[in-house]
Amino acid sequence: MFGELSWDALPLHQPIPLLTSVVVLLLVFGVVGYVWFKGHVPYLWNEWITSTDHKRIGVMYVIVALLMLVRGFSDAIMMRAQQAIAVGQSQGYLPPEHYDQIFSAHGTIMIFFMAMAFIIGLMNFVLPLQLGVRDVAFPVMNSVSFWLTASGVLLVNVSLFVGEFARTGWLGFPPLSEKAFSPGVGVDYYLVALQISGIGTLLTGINFVTTILKIRAPGMSYFRMPVFCWTALVSNLLIIAAFPVLTATFAMLMLDRYLGFHFFTNDGGGNSMLYMNLIWIWGHPEVYILALPAFGIFSEVFATFSGKPLFGYRSMILATLAIGILSFTVWLHHFFTMGAGANVNAVFGIASMLIAIPTGVKVFNWLFTMYGGRVRFSAAMHWGLGFIFTFVIGGMTGVLLANPPVDFVVHNSLFLVAHFHNVIIGAVVFGVMAGYTYWFPKAFGFTLDERLGKAVFWCWFIGFWLAFAPLYIIGLLGATRRMQHYDNPAWQPYMIVALIGAFFILAGIVLTAVQLYVSIRTRDRRRDVTGDPWDGRTLEWATTSPPPHFNFAVLPDVHATEAYWGMKQRALQQGRLEEEPDYEAIEMPRNSPVGVICAFFTSFTGFAVIWHIWWLAILGLIGAFATFVWYAWQDEDEHEIPAEEVARLDRQHRQIRAETLQAGSQPA
Amino acid sequence: MSGATLGPLLGEDSENSGLGHRGPESKSIVVPYGFWLFILSDIVLFSALFASYAALVHATDGGPAGKDLFDRTKVAVETTSLLLSSFTCGLAFIAGKRSNMLWTQAWLVVTGLFGAIFLAIELNEFAGMIAMGAGPQRSAFLSAFFTLVGCHGAHITAGLLWIGTMMAQIWVKGFSPRMMRRFLCFTLFWHALDIVWVAIFTVVYLMGTTP
Repeated sequence: MFGELSWDALPLHQPIPLLTSVVVLLLVFGVVGYVWFKGHVPYLWNEWITSTDHKRIGVMYVIVALLMLVRGFSDAIMMRAQQAIAVGQSQGYLPPEHYDQIFSAHGTIMIFFMAMAFIIGLMNFVLPLQLGVRDVAFPVMNSVSFWLTASGVLLVNVSLFVGEFARTGWLGFPPLSEKAFSPGVGVDYYLVALQISGIGTLLTGINFVTTILKIRAPGMSYFRMPVFCWTALVSNLLIIAAFPVLTATFAMLMLDRYLGFHFFTNDGGGNSMLYMNLIWIWGHPEVYILALPAFGIFSEVFATFSGKPLFGYRSMILATLAIGILSFTVWLHHFFTMGAGANVNAVFGIASMLIAIPTGVKVFNWLFTMYGGRVRFSAAMHWGLGFIFTFVIGGMTGVLLANPPVDFVVHNSLFLVAHFHNVIIGAVVFGVMAGYTYWFPKAFGFTLDERLGKAVFWCWFIGFWLAFAPLYIIGLLGATRRMQHYDNPAWQPYMIVALIGAFFILAGIVLTAVQLYVSIRTRDRRRDVTGDPWDGRTLEWATTSPPPHFNFAVLPDVHATEAYWGMKQRALQQGRLEEEPDYEAIEMPRNSPVGVICAFFTSFTGFAVIWHIWWLAILGLIGAFATFVWYAWQDEDEHEIPAEEVARLDRQHRQIRAETLQAGSQPA
Repeated sequence: MSGATLGPLLGEDSENSGLGHRGPESKSIVVPYGFWLFILSDIVLFSALFASYAALVHATDGGPAGKDLFDRTKVAVETTSLLLSSFTCGLAFIAGKRSNMLWTQAWLVVTGLFGAIFLAIELNEFAGMIAMGAGPQRSAFLSAFFTLVGCHGAHITAGLLWIGTMMAQIWVKGFSPRMMRRFLCFTLFWHALDIVWVAIFTVVYLMGTTP
């Protein structure tokens, strides 16, 4: 009846998972109970859960990402603590089978559910606003994407309480991940959760590419799009080209595990190196799927807080496109030790080094953007400067690793671990934090506390370097990655320093929560009444904060790359706003429960597949199909906002802008 | 100062700067465009399966190879019925454009029937292979074969479900612009499956049986 599921799946004899389970379950039930008894359920259902508003969906993605940051970081600090003590006689406090689950969960959660969710959340929120339009191309599909991601998040976290997680690292390499060597459900949790969220990501990619290429404000030609839109375009093209490979690869591994196929097994002619090739054909572009939008965020931040247009706009776009193409030509550098031969390795080594060229172009563009500008050292700008310093060093260690002979020496060492954290934290985490700080007032109508924001930055910056500089050193000394225990006492001091670094990052995460709390409490002091708190340059600052459901009362007419800067300067020169436009009724997509219902069924189907409960899996699939048909049967999926309502909201906003223009003429 | 003279000072380039002047495109452009992107991603999915097949085609582990298993005649019938279904799918769409309910439904039924014939032959082939001990568990080559061809078959199955659902919808709701957009997406999907099949036919069956 319940497949392989039994009471043994609960961690009743393992204190750490048991305690975590109890605490997390209490928290979840506490929050759900509070929401229920306070009567917030209808509000949540109507305004958030079934919302097809790209801004709301973006915010929900970011909330998920922040929660997963906490989860992934808990894993990280547990690992650092284990490695700080588990030397010589001491075995530390984590047994190997648990430690292996922790590093697997850390990587999986941080990449798929923290970084991806954060980046997609920011793109969701910002893209239509920057493009000067009212929503993405497929609003309901957007909601489905979000809820499929949430379903994946749910399954990964259920593995804490019911069963176990994979012990195979964040990419689940066979043959270790095959049934013969990983007979438990851990790998199945990993595969099923990522398949479900991967489909969500693919749909997001399709949605955003269509949005960027087909839905832009009048006059916004390709070379007038903000750089963030360009980086998002390339990133989403990479999603479309890379994520199906991940789906196919995981499907093959699932067939091996569930039906005894022989793709990657040791027997039957299977070839585990095929998996390495396939997974990295997805995996390397994935790095850029995350990094490119982060570069886009920094481009916006540098231009805004330097009070200058971005230096080298077109070269920035070319560099982005070049990185996008090169990202598909370097996958083999993840396994130079496969034995492909010197010539093949040389080709991939050189291709990898080539990526440093367009990336260097970008770095110089950012530096020249600041040069001669009136730089404001806001919290967002702190992240930007910290990024340049950190990321350049990470990039240089990457060029070192791209050299096959060097790679043979430091392959699978902590040097590698330090390198990829150096680029991912330096670019992606710093980037999303900059974006979070920068766009928060647009989403909620008040800015975040700047002083605490800078404190968060310094905690992360110092914490990062304390945590990972020692790993570079002992990595060169020969420390391998994923060690539950080691014998060389000379490494321990470095591991202790790394743990101290992790505590600094912990302080940064705690301060992020404090910053949010303080900012909400004191929001009246930092209201963003004009909708343009940073003296911005792109169209998202042309509307109110938070924007109305329809974003723009009238679609802006774009004449230049920095569309809003142009409008603002014209208003300043002429001493008045543009003429009041003719308001028309606006059609907006209705709410839709399709996303959350789909996620409900896929979660059950996923859980059933993990535990081999086949009747439930089939029931779930039928439910999902029925939802789909029901949705397809609906006729009306739009509702109309009357012209008077649009006019009323826009006149309020124009009034404030006109007053600001009269008063101090900045910002209009 | 008027806007026109101010423009160049603000870095505004000439108005003739290519695409994007018209503002957001209509749904009749956006929806098929998004669907094209989906098809593209589907092709990428198949390309991963093709690559795996190519990597494993000789990994027979002492078991049967393609030339011992494939029957060219069967595959010829299969291919013919699939290509014919694509033709009738096109006819159905033409009838749909003329809002001719009878012929639309009729051609969709024929399309579905040809698809079902294709699927039946494929399942028959699979069953025969499994019965003679050449199932997907036998070797890496057969794993890759069943996955690649089976994935195409699964797409055809999904297409048949789509045909059924769409016939019912058109019957009830008529030829609204919304239905026609979906109909167009379906024809794109169905033709794309043909293209994938042509590749399978070539790479798997023709190259597999050429001595």
